[in-house]
Amino acid sequence: MKDGITHWFKYASPQNFYPLAGKLWPWFAAAGAVFAVIGLWISFIVAPTDAQQGEGYRIIFVHVPASWMSMFIYLIMAAWAGLGLALNTRLSGMMASALAPTGALFTVISLWTGALWGKPMWGAWWVWDARLTSELILLFLYLGFLALQSAIDDPRRADKAGAVLALVGVVNVPIIYFSVKWWNTLHQGASVSLTKSPSMAHTMLWGMLLMALAFWMYSIAASLARVRCIILERECHSEWVKNALE
Amino acid sequence: MRRIGNIAVFGAVVRRDLTLALRQKSEVLTTLFFFAIVASLFPLGIGPESALLHRIAPGILWVGALLAAMLSLQRMFATDFADGSLEQMALSPVPLGVLVAGKIFAHWLLAGLPLVLMAPVLGLQFDLDGRSLAILAASLLLGTPILSLIGAIGAALTLGVRGGGVLLSLLTLPLYIPTLIFGAGAVEADAVGLSASGHLALLAALLSLAVFFAPWATTAALRIGLE
Repeated sequence: MKDGITHWFKYASPQNFYPLAGKLWPWFAAAGAVFAVIGLWISFIVAPTDAQQGEGYRIIFVHVPASWMSMFIYLIMAAWAGLGLALNTRLSGMMASALAPTGALFTVISLWTGALWGKPMWGAWWVWDARLTSELILLFLYLGFLALQSAIDDPRRADKAGAVLALVGVVNVPIIYFSVKWWNTLHQGASVSLTKSPSMAHTMLWGMLLMALAFWMYSIAASLARVRCIILERECHSEWVKNALE
Repeated sequence: MRRIGNIAVFGAVVRRDLTLALRQKSEVLTTLFFFAIVASLFPLGIGPESALLHRIAPGILWVGALLAAMLSLQRMFATDFADGSLEQMALSPVPLGVLVAGKIFAHWLLAGLPLVLMAPVLGLQFDLDGRSLAILAASLLLGTPILSLIGAIGAALTLGVRGGGVLLSLLTLPLYIPTLIFGAGAVEADAVGLSASGHLALLAALLSLAVFFAPWATTAALRIGLE
C-alpha cells in the first residue's frame, strides 16, 4: 500500500511528469478527435431540427459544453493552485498556469457562440442577462490571472501570487453568479439538470454529452502539452532537460 | 520587553498612516476631486435631461466611488514597500494580519469615508431626494469598506510588479461587481418603491465575509511579495 502511494507521488516531480505527460497527451488528443467527429456528426446530421428554434439551435452543441468547461477549468485551476500553496509543489503551479489559457479560450468560445445564437433567437448580439454577464466576468478573472502571472518574472512568486488570486476568485465566483442573477434574469432556464429528466430529445443530449467529452479530452491534451513546455522552460538549467532534449 | 496588545498595535498603525497621509494632503484630495469630476462628466456626456440623470445617478455615483477608491489602492503598501518599513512590519513579533487590518482601516478612513460624505452632495446635482441620498450614503457606508478590503488583496499581489497600477484594476474591478450591484441596487430598489433593506443586508453580509477573509488573504499575498 505504502509503495503504491509513493509510486504515484513520484509524478509530483517535473522530471518524472514530463515523460508521462508526453506519453499521455497524444492519446487524449486522439480520443478528443474521435469524440468530436461523432459528436459533430450527431449534432449536425442525426439530431432533428428544433421545432421552435430551427437549425440555429445547433450552436448549443458547442456553446453549452464550452460554458461547462470554462467554469469547470477555473475550479480545477484553483484546486491545483491551492494544492501548490499548501504542499509547496512546483508542478501544481505549473498545472494551474497551463490550464488558464485553455479555460480562457473556452470562455471566449462560449461568449462568442452565445452571441451568434442570441442574434437570431433574441434579436440581439448581447443582452445583459445573468449568465452572459457572469461568463464575461469569468473571462475577466481568467485574464487577471494570466496578466498577473506574466507580470511577475520570478516563476515561483508568479505561481504563488496567481494561486492566491485564483483562490480569491473561486470564493467570489458563486457570489458574483448569484449577485448577477438577482440583478437580472431573462435567460432561459437550465436545459440539462441532474434532478429532473432532461427536457430535450435523447439524440440532442447524446450530441451534447459527446461534445462535452471531446472538449474534456482536448483540455487535458492541451494542458498536458502546455505543461511540458512550461516544465522545459523553467527547468532549462537542469541536467535532465539537457539530456531529454538531445 | 513589554508585550503590546494587538488592539494597541492596530491603533498605532492607523495613527501612523493617517499622520503620513495628512502630511501629504494632495494625494488624498486628488482622489476626492477625481470622484467629483467623474460624477460631473456623466451629465456632460449624456445630456442635461434631468429625468434620465435622476434615474442613473445611483449607478454613476457608485461607479465613480469604485474608481476613486481603486485609484488610491496602490498607495496602501507601495511606499512602505519602497522604504523597507513593510519588511520590518513582516519581521515584527506582532501578527502581520493585525498590521494589515490597521492599514486597510486607515485606507478606508482616507479614501472611503470621504466618498460617503461627498456622495450626498454630488447626489444633489442629480436631483436625488433626501430619502435616496440617505440610502445612497448608507449603501456607501457599508460598501466602501468592502472596496478597501478586497482592494488590499490586489494591492498586495501587485506589490513591486511591472505595470502594477493597470494590473491592479484588472484584478480588483471584477471582484468589486457584487458590491456595485447591491450598492447601486439599494438606491434603485427604493426609488421604484421596493424596500432597500434586502440590498443593504446583502452588503452587510459581503462586508462581514470580507472583514473575515480579506486581511488573511492580503497577509498571504504580502508574504509572497516580500519573499
